[in-house]
Amino acid sequence: MEDKKRNEAYNKYVSAKIPKTRPWPTLFNSFWVGGVICLIGQGVNDLLLLIFPSLSEQSAWAYTLIVLIFIASFLTGIGVYDQIGKFAGGGSIVPITGFSNSITSPSIEFKSEGIVYGICVKMFTIAGPVIVFGVVSSMVVGLIYWIISLF
Amino acid sequence: MDIFLTYLIVFLIGGFVCMLGELLIITTNMTSARILVTFVLIGVFLEAVGVFDYISDFAKAGINVPIVGFGASLAKGVIGAVESQGLLGVFTGGLTATAGGIAAAIGFAFLFALIFKSHTKK
Repeated sequence: MEDKKRNEAYNKYVSAKIPKTRPWPTLFNSFWVGGVICLIGQGVNDLLLLIFPSLSEQSAWAYTLIVLIFIASFLTGIGVYDQIGKFAGGGSIVPITGFSNSITSPSIEFKSEGIVYGICVKMFTIAGPVIVFGVVSSMVVGLIYWIISLF
Repeated sequence: MDIFLTYLIVFLIGGFVCMLGELLIITTNMTSARILVTFVLIGVFLEAVGVFDYISDFAKAGINVPIVGFGASLAKGVIGAVESQGLLGVFTGGLTATAGGIAAAIGFAFLFALIFKSHTKK
């Protein structure tokens, strides 16, 4: 009984302490920051196709994503991406740059624990689930597709 | 003016997808790992049912830069590989298609983790 009361009081305390984000400004910020990141992606893609006309559409996209991943990783390294993240929330998480940030950020943060147990292990704290769910779901799709193709 | 219209659509759709992510964060307090997983699964689903290519033709970077595009290329890779290699494609297709992005993310993260020091949160 005592515990329950204490837990309730604690939960109330915690929810009072959690910083309240006002939904409208963050929604707006996530919209335009996310939009701008996609615009940069489109710009890089168009530029690549302009400079290297022989690139196939698929390779151009692959290069575009790699460029975006590089930029985001670098910005995470110099501490700028986290500032963008504070400001834009989902706008910085949902694009592929957010995936890159989610890998670089913990590897830098846990660098002090060593290269193997710090950088290499912590690298996948967020990206791990993403890759696991992505690969498993794609295998399910592939399996269904394979079974259908048998008939 | 064509290019202006394309960029406008890219901005609006890209922004909208990112705003959906923020909306999920606000309403459900999801962590960023769950947001990323959710959007990857949406991408896999959209590609699997064959809708993604239509959206992609129209929205270009607006749908390919969000992590939804990562999910879609996983599914697209696996479907293509099953067509050419049969059962083996189930295992090789997804990661082959996304290898560039994953390797880039891992490689650059490792490099920059060696170079930069942690910015302690103030």
